[in-house]
Amino acid sequence: MELVYLTFILVLSIFLGFELISKVPATLHTPLMSGANAISGITLAGAFLAAGASSPEMASWLGGAAVTFATINVVGGYLVTDRMLGMFKSKRG
Amino acid sequence: MSIELIANLAYILASALFIFGLKMLGSPATARRGNLFSSLGMLIAVVAALTDQQIVSFEVIVGGIVLGSIIGALAARLVAMTSMPEMVALFNGSGGASSLLVGWATLYVGSEAIPTFTASTVALAILIGGVTLTGSLIAYGKLSERINSAPWTFAGQRIFNGLLLAGIVVSAVLFAMNPTPDSQYLYALIVLALVLGVMAVIPIGGADMPVVISLLNSYSGLAACAAGFAVNNNVLIVAGSLVGASGIILTNIMCKAMNRSLANVLFSGFGSHKVAKAVEGEVKPISVEDAYYILEAASNVCFVPGYGMAVAQAQHVVKELGQILEKNGCEVSYAIHPVAGRMPGHMNVLLAEADVPYEQLVEMDDINPRIENVDVAIVIGANDVVNPSAREDSDSPIYGMPIINVDQARTVFVLKRSMASGFSGVDNPLFFGENTRMLFGDAKESISGVISEFGN
Repeated sequence: MELVYLTFILVLSIFLGFELISKVPATLHTPLMSGANAISGITLAGAFLAAGASSPEMASWLGGAAVTFATINVVGGYLVTDRMLGMFKSKRG
Repeated sequence: MSIELIANLAYILASALFIFGLKMLGSPATARRGNLFSSLGMLIAVVAALTDQQIVSFEVIVGGIVLGSIIGALAARLVAMTSMPEMVALFNGSGGASSLLVGWATLYVGSEAIPTFTASTVALAILIGGVTLTGSLIAYGKLSERINSAPWTFAGQRIFNGLLLAGIVVSAVLFAMNPTPDSQYLYALIVLALVLGVMAVIPIGGADMPVVISLLNSYSGLAACAAGFAVNNNVLIVAGSLVGASGIILTNIMCKAMNRSLANVLFSGFGSHKVAKAVEGEVKPISVEDAYYILEAASNVCFVPGYGMAVAQAQHVVKELGQILEKNGCEVSYAIHPVAGRMPGHMNVLLAEADVPYEQLVEMDDINPRIENVDVAIVIGANDVVNPSAREDSDSPIYGMPIINVDQARTVFVLKRSMASGFSGVDNPLFFGENTRMLFGDAKESISGVISEFGN
């Protein structure tokens, strides 16, 4: 049942993703891409378990590396997107 | 309420913020707030994940977060806007690496035997994560010109790739049937996935990088999604598939902009290349001074930037010239082809950096119907996206690709370093056009020259 439930979420999210981003102006393609990229750093939430659970040393190492990489992705991704978007100015603004 | 329930409610809130954030990224006026919303969602999800009862030690976690934050923040702060494509590629790769590691580490967590289904999702997370990691690294190398950005092929590449894929399937199946952390098939799978990432991107040329980058972006989402299945976490699945879907849409937009299928972009490095008709003619060079006289009299000027503008770092002088022309009573616009540059929206970012208001950036479909009213189209470091062969020469490798029809403007200035052919090796009949004038030299210097003429 768990599997069916997770797949259900997967399918709905994919459709939602398609709907959300079907009409984005070309101006925003890069920020959209790097913003979405930052979201993919969500693996961070999965990495904690491996890094912090009472598991063999190997798991801590792998988990620690996963936390580091995911954090680079999240922090770097959001900051760089914000930096880019800060440059987009309107004529009036 | 149990902590677990609260954490799950927090995940729902985080997912909602991701969705709002992505939605708001779709419009220039709300995009920055959208990004903020999405990062708030991330913060909530991360805090919620930290409440997990199984987490007993925080040293490694805190260490990883501190180290990752420092690296990420420094990279984001220090990167030059012109190097944005390779930076995005690196961030992508680190997301892929993280999914691979999460999948791998999951095998060590918990004492019960690992069910086949979990093992399959672990294999998937390792595969997609590994491909994303090395694929992004190769893309980084090509974008930063650390490795040759031309398509790289060798004899027997297809057979090699076929064997590689077969090896991956076999290792994944054998691993899933007997999933232990020390399975040799696990190691084989990791290595083969990393090799596949290299092999997938290396035959693709630099000009096709916008497609590759958006596809890798999609993969990094799918890898997070697979890792979500492996560790049974909803928010990973939701966020991962949102990113996966958005990456696929961007990939599709890029492919359409080149009138090619995704398969063609990914595998054309292997195919036999069409040879365009050799174009012959005489180029008509123009001096900076003469260019000034024409621009001075023009009432409608359209800049068409390409990757060369990024290389020459010419965006600031371009904008300066644009402002001078506007003061001179001229209508100025910037026409941007969807695949100009090395990543989706590359030119838009550069021009935004130079303070060009986004209202002046027009898309290909908006400029083409009124290109005949443009007095001077100034092509800066663009080649394929303005090559009329795409319309006229059915033998050309880029035949059928929608282009900005600058050749139909009253006058075209092409800023070009020298007379070498552009990236795809296609000769561009635009250079020999009746109304085309070539302004040879470094784009930045040429434009600065015109600006100083205006000053006199």
